Amino acid sequence: MYVAVKGGERAIDNAHRLLAHERRGDPAIAEIAPEQIAGQLTLAVDRVMAEGSLYDPEIAAIAIKQARGDLIEAIFLVRAYRTTLPRFGCSQPVDTGAMQVVRRVSATYKDLPGGQVLGPTFDYTHRLIDFDLAGTTTPAAPAEAAAPLDPAPHVTALLDGEGLIESNPDRAAEPGDLTREPLAFPAGRDLRLQALARGDEGFLLALGYSTQRGYGRTHAFAGEIRIGDVEVEVFAEELGFAVPLGRLRVTECEMVNQFKGSATVPPQFTRGYGLTFGQLERKAMSMALVDRALRAEDLGEETGSPAQDQEFVLSHVDNVQATGFVEHLKLPHYVDFQAELGLVRQMRREQAAAQTEADGRAEADKPAEADDLAATAATLDREAAE
Amino acid sequence: MTAAAYNFAYLDEQTKRMIRRAILKAIAIPGYQVPFASREMPMPYGWGTGGVQVTASILGRDDVLKVIDQGSDDTTNAVSIRKFFQKTAGVATTTATAEATVIQTRHRIPETPLQAGQVLVYQVPIPEPLRFLEPRETETRKMHALAEYGLMHVKLYEDIARHGHIATTYAYPVMVAGRYLMDPSPTPKFDNPKMHRSAALQLFGAGREKRIYAVPPHTEVVSLDFEDHPFEVNRFEQPCALCGAEGVYLDEVVLDDRGGRMFVCSDTDHCETRQAAGHRGTMASPIAAGEGGRRAD
Amino acid sequence: MTAIVSAAGFENPVHEAQATFRAAMRALAEPGLAQAVTPALLAPPPLQPATAALLLALADFETPIWLDPAALAMDGLADFLRFQTGAPIVADPSRAAFGVITDAAAFDGLDRFAQGTLDYPDRSTTLILQVDALAAEGAFELSGPGIAGRRRLGVTPAIPGLARALAGNHEMFPRGVDLLLVAGDTVVGLPRSTRVTEDAACM
Repeated sequence: MYVAVKGGERAIDNAHRLLAHERRGDPAIAEIAPEQIAGQLTLAVDRVMAEGSLYDPEIAAIAIKQARGDLIEAIFLVRAYRTTLPRFGCSQPVDTGAMQVVRRVSATYKDLPGGQVLGPTFDYTHRLIDFDLAGTTTPAAPAEAAAPLDPAPHVTALLDGEGLIESNPDRAAEPGDLTREPLAFPAGRDLRLQALARGDEGFLLALGYSTQRGYGRTHAFAGEIRIGDVEVEVFAEELGFAVPLGRLRVTECEMVNQFKGSATVPPQFTRGYGLTFGQLERKAMSMALVDRALRAEDLGEETGSPAQDQEFVLSHVDNVQATGFVEHLKLPHYVDFQAELGLVRQMRREQAAAQTEADGRAEADKPAEADDLAATAATLDREAAE
Repeated sequence: MTAAAYNFAYLDEQTKRMIRRAILKAIAIPGYQVPFASREMPMPYGWGTGGVQVTASILGRDDVLKVIDQGSDDTTNAVSIRKFFQKTAGVATTTATAEATVIQTRHRIPETPLQAGQVLVYQVPIPEPLRFLEPRETETRKMHALAEYGLMHVKLYEDIARHGHIATTYAYPVMVAGRYLMDPSPTPKFDNPKMHRSAALQLFGAGREKRIYAVPPHTEVVSLDFEDHPFEVNRFEQPCALCGAEGVYLDEVVLDDRGGRMFVCSDTDHCETRQAAGHRGTMASPIAAGEGGRRAD
Repeated sequence: MTAIVSAAGFENPVHEAQATFRAAMRALAEPGLAQAVTPALLAPPPLQPATAALLLALADFETPIWLDPAALAMDGLADFLRFQTGAPIVADPSRAAFGVITDAAAFDGLDRFAQGTLDYPDRSTTLILQVDALAAEGAFELSGPGIAGRRRLGVTPAIPGLARALAGNHEMFPRGVDLLLVAGDTVVGLPRSTRVTEDAACM
């Protein structure tokens, strides 16, 4: 006797109870605190803040804990929280040139004003598992510079001073916001950069990589990568001047790309730009490569590679959208599947009937079939001879 | 943050206004996909965020909400969405089609004909009927602007040439009020005739793709076809094994690994209502029939 | 110039905005059918109660409002709407998301409002047109989406040029303006999808 499936509600409640239990893990081991995540898994927190589009290390840390370390799930939690927050307005542009850098490297000059500052980087570490980390460690205190660092002007500003690179566009009106207005194509660079800044690191990495391998090559040099803290200010209408809101850590990458020029315009390098919350060098560099690739059409270059195709890139860069739609395939689809099953069964029946009919005819027309075979054989002979 | 900190029906008032304006324009231009600034919802994209935003924007305190997925009120995602609105809006819910003022659905249209004043909200994954023929939004927008739908006719005709049939069994394209080609969402084409001149208002929400569209009541909804290949709905060879209903959409239930199967109503409310009224299929349980029928929760 | 004596917004914005929206939704979904809009607000003249409710329910900082000269002449009305909705009041009707005509006698067509484009026909004005009375019988015959067969509509006073403007509006479909006719606390929708003909004998 068949009874229709019921009890979805209880199944869901029980699944969530089990999930909470699994998240906690062995109760004999101390529970991880958000402060530990925010303090020791900072790069995970940075990624969740960047792609979650919300600068709040505490919320990001809780999200990572709640998501059991699944960063895309944590990003989703932060996004869903962010969307409930009121929007007060648009800040003044942050002045990354005045950044207090903790790291700043340029690949285009050996030395430059402000110097090369390696900072806290995995670069030049040997990727050997450090078995000491199985226990507790007490790293040495960081080395201190004898004097404060010199100001570090942008590398691109040095080039711009000589007219060697295209100037940054003038500060336009307030930039668009794709979380408030649905994206329409073609999208301007402001909206493209916003989409990339919120976009999936892995997707951008692969796209940026593809430009290096010839799918929309941009001949990029890492003009500069800088990481540090910047001041955020909002213009207070009632006061008539900008007031500081606080500081946040960002990573900025300015790529210097192959030049443009014409009979009338002298050749100049072009720009690709990446900026992220936190310390996310890989993301910022990938973003800068993709930003430049997406400018191909505006710069009159040949297009056709995936990274140059804004409808393709912007429609697929968001991992919260992507994971939702990919994972929705596990929802029940049996109504549609039933429709397909019905059609396939019907077409198989019809084909079988047609086959039976054809077999019947063939039985009656045996000599004709022999002629066909002979003709086929003749064709094959001719093809072999050519 | 607790549930109490959220607004009625979860969305903030500014978001509701934005969605409401999009709904009004969608109704005024039947079948046209209105772009809207879809919000991130606390459930994943692809799981009904468009339908949920539409429902949240229209729902009032006096509404009675029904949520179905695959025709059933008890599928996990339907349960989850119903719970979401119970928690955030505190509205009454029902499984009875006739009692609902707002019905949110994924993949089915109820068998019981909808009445004037009812609103059917569809969850839509890919709102663009031309998307799989032309992936570019800029191109498909042009086609809609010019009502240039030759591409879809060519596709359907190629199906006939290759398979002897139009090989589209769900999300079967329709023309709305003679102007816009529309995706009816992935409902089986069996349900397409129910959209035609329905007495209810039909609203479609696609959250990830950020589109809302609508079919007002009493509006022409015509499934595309050809003179020599007229539109036909899928037929089932046997009635529902539980309630004996004919001419309804059936789910195939596999009973064992030796080819044993049965066919039962996909619309569970319709099936239970019929069983409560004494209708019996070949495999109906006498006990189940006694406690069948409507369940308000 | 006269000034508003008293005016007040929704008592319960969440639920009254929802009820007002639902009336507008039903009005556009079933053109020609009268819907009641009865929120607890005090509409500033010359806005009728349903007009005020529709604007408070649907307008905000994203939706410029255009007011006809009769409404603009009322001292304090623009400020009331700005305060209640945050919407900018614009002089150019082609920029307006919502247009309000309080003096039907001065109606001079729909052409100056935003019509939308073939690519984005939704980017058009929703026009609120105030009249004295609306009836289920009268000179206009309506057909199209939302109407089973035909429906009649009477508008008092008769507005010269309205029938021609509505016919022209429908001709442009999918572009065009959508109308909400208001009389007191009643609203009737006339979206661009509705074909409107005027019965000469009834004039």
